Amino acid sequence: MNQAASLFDPAEHAERASPPDKPTIIAALQAQLPAEMILTEAEDLRPFECDGLSAYRQVPMIAVLPATIEQVQATMRVCHAMDVPVVARGAGTGLSGGALPLDNGVLLSLAKFNRVLDIDTQNRRATVQPGVRNLAISEAVDHLDLYYAPDPSSQIACSIGGNVAENSGGVHCLKYGLTTHNILQLEIVTVDGERLTLGGASLDSPGYDLLALMTGSEGLLGVIVEVVVKLLPKPELAKVAMVAFDDVRAAGDAVAAIINAGCVPAGLEMLDSPAIIATEEFVHAGYPLDAAAILLCEVDGPAAEVEEDIERVREIVAGCGATDVRISRDATERALFWAGRKAAFPAMGRISPDYYCMDGTIPRKALADVLIGIGELSKKYGQRVANVFHAGDGNLHPLILYDANNPGELENTEAFGGAICELCLEHGGTITGEHGVGVEKIDQMCVQFPAAELTQFHAVKAAFDPRTLLNPGKAVPTLHRCAEFGAMHVHNGQVPFPELERL
Amino acid sequence: MQTSIIDAIRNTPDGREANRILRACTHCGFCTATCPTYQLTGDERDGPRGRIYLVKQVLEGHTPTAKTQHHLDRCLTCRACETTCPSGVEYAKLADIGRGLVEQQLTRPRRERLLRWVLRHVVAHRQRFALLLALGQAARPLMIGRLASLKSKIPPRRASSVPSHDRIGHSAASSGRSMLLFDGCVQPSATPHTNAAATRLLNRLGVRVITPTGAGCCGALSQHLSYRDEALDYARANIDAWWPHIRAGAEAIIVSASGCGAEIVEYGYLLRNDPAYAERAARVSALTRDLSDVLAAENLSRLDDIGHGQSVAYHPPCTLQNAPHLHDHVAEILTQAGYTLKPVANAHLCCGSAGSYSLLQPEMAGALRENKLRSLTAENPDVIVTANIGCQMHLESATGVPVRHWIELLEPAA
Repeated sequence: MNQAASLFDPAEHAERASPPDKPTIIAALQAQLPAEMILTEAEDLRPFECDGLSAYRQVPMIAVLPATIEQVQATMRVCHAMDVPVVARGAGTGLSGGALPLDNGVLLSLAKFNRVLDIDTQNRRATVQPGVRNLAISEAVDHLDLYYAPDPSSQIACSIGGNVAENSGGVHCLKYGLTTHNILQLEIVTVDGERLTLGGASLDSPGYDLLALMTGSEGLLGVIVEVVVKLLPKPELAKVAMVAFDDVRAAGDAVAAIINAGCVPAGLEMLDSPAIIATEEFVHAGYPLDAAAILLCEVDGPAAEVEEDIERVREIVAGCGATDVRISRDATERALFWAGRKAAFPAMGRISPDYYCMDGTIPRKALADVLIGIGELSKKYGQRVANVFHAGDGNLHPLILYDANNPGELENTEAFGGAICELCLEHGGTITGEHGVGVEKIDQMCVQFPAAELTQFHAVKAAFDPRTLLNPGKAVPTLHRCAEFGAMHVHNGQVPFPELERL
Repeated sequence: MQTSIIDAIRNTPDGREANRILRACTHCGFCTATCPTYQLTGDERDGPRGRIYLVKQVLEGHTPTAKTQHHLDRCLTCRACETTCPSGVEYAKLADIGRGLVEQQLTRPRRERLLRWVLRHVVAHRQRFALLLALGQAARPLMIGRLASLKSKIPPRRASSVPSHDRIGHSAASSGRSMLLFDGCVQPSATPHTNAAATRLLNRLGVRVITPTGAGCCGALSQHLSYRDEALDYARANIDAWWPHIRAGAEAIIVSASGCGAEIVEYGYLLRNDPAYAERAARVSALTRDLSDVLAAENLSRLDDIGHGQSVAYHPPCTLQNAPHLHDHVAEILTQAGYTLKPVANAHLCCGSAGSYSLLQPEMAGALRENKLRSLTAENPDVIVTANIGCQMHLESATGVPVRHWIELLEPAA
């Protein structure tokens, strides 16, 4: 049952002195926190065994559910003193297994930190706790005509702390940037329980940009306990065009044409036929069921500009062979057009017991080629795939459909997924756009980065966490792990990491 | 989601159903966002995804303890998670199966057993509940000191008599139309104005309203306390009481308490494996409609402007928001009748009533009620209305603002 067991590299923990036994650790934690915040038995711990990537599971040794920053600090101090690794978890919606627990570690849930602490309209910023849901921020400032721009598809449930840890994007990041472009300040608790403030009220501060470093660090450098986010005024008008194509290549070309024409859409998304069919059943957004692909292209801003831009989009896509174009008539219809896209991943649960969501990026010009390549891989591996992605910034989310109850199907799915990652790299892309590396893409990190760069990554990690207690085994692979992986995957006749002795 | 249900369960009807439901879950966590209890505690085990996991491990052969039961008990069964779930996970059905399995494996403490017994054997029986309520109301002045807190649990006396015979409200016009009106167990004595008002209004619209006395509790109380067979018996008794009238042409079974409505629309599902009742149960479910849904289809122009702009905060019960096949038209009817509806934040969150929940989980129910009343009274409404007796009684016990069933705004007491 435990996929996770094989993911951990024994070398990772080789030099560590054996930590105290579980009862000793529990006693130390109980001396600092109320007993009901410390979960120690399998019955209580199993619900925490995975995040949004349920193919990887590991029951943690202990889960701690603190409610104050002091309790987080106390937990970190105990774990640091006893050499116990810690995995932080927010809403548990991540799709790369970043919050996958450790069997010898503490899972630190930040879900109780769910309050908006301050709204500063003068400076258009809000101070929030890490467990606040992404959408709840926008809801809290809705009456002020403000919002928080990054909007991952899971925004109804995912929490801002996790957004920072993964540097999440969303359908509107094409125009408004990722999480890193939309936060001002972070409060973190370090591995040894100290509180640190990174960033500040102004747009730049002296010294290294540690705020940017912390963003997307996947829980390897510190525990995020408070976030100051930027708020934006709501655009005067937003309109979305839903454009249907009977050919995937035409849809890909339309994306390039829109960007080449100098438009910066607020969002530019694509769904292929299987994705359209699955989501339409749940949302009834009016997606054309016979289309090979649809594009959702949103433009926002001052009303006059939006009216002009959306007409330009209409002309451009018509020139690219669109079979149907519908422009949202009002806010309700606009929300409906987006609703299908936002629910697209889990809606796969309606057509398949399990799905595996990939997250590669590619240059926009390669869109059609990669899509067609994924279709060929689908035939080769004999598994269905639905494509839902941020076309505007070339961030692909192929969803491989499988049934985990069929022996061997998960393994085949993982191999298929690995092949998709490598296809992205061949076209000059990367293995992750916004979901993070976590445990899921850790082996592909070996393909993306040479040993020297990985060594530098480890040096950064060591500066914050010399004993690798924070989320060990995620995001940055050890060189040994890469050597092992390289032994299995030989590319173009080249053995990666030839300088390393094979274990 | 991957499942490995143990053989002893997998090959039972419940096991197959649970497996079917679990396979649809992708563990995305969207459901946690709208779960009232998860919002309060921030504990995975108090959200739908965590509870699905708790049920899953019981199905997979792990013996539950009182902790699993505690977190399943704390679920309101408001089904907000089902409305949010993009994968179509039928959470409530799975929770019922899980609670049943846990109930079989654990013995509850004496105090819990006693309270549950009273709920099933007194509250669910119209005459016994009426007696208990009358006693409670008579004893109210005596509730001082430590007993003072009980006062808030007892709804104020409203002129009523519990009928002991079939009631037929005749319409003025002889249109020949007739509908059944569901009375339930608690409503006739606790809030008799509701169905009285509904009957008068429907009569004036030309509809003959029939309330057969053989019909009783809808079964939801037993169902939620894991006495699923008992719930089925209630369902069968109601079907028997209604069937002659349905055969005679009753157009609909009107339910003015949406909590009961949500149970009755499931009769078809609950009795699907009972050959003697399956077909009739499905027909009953298909005929069941919320009072607002029935009235929205009628010509209500004579009610125009009776509200004179009076301000109203509407609390839509979870059962109207989340139960499939129940449709909520309350806001549009009240607006058409000239009432001003105030905006209410977080309308999707449960008020904490949830059937017997407010009695079984008073702490959680109280916290939810406090939040709900804050939202409902934010704009200083003249009156709060809802569409379910449970919500009405739960809310009115903690606010000075009058709380009514919305139908009373259309038909003030005669």
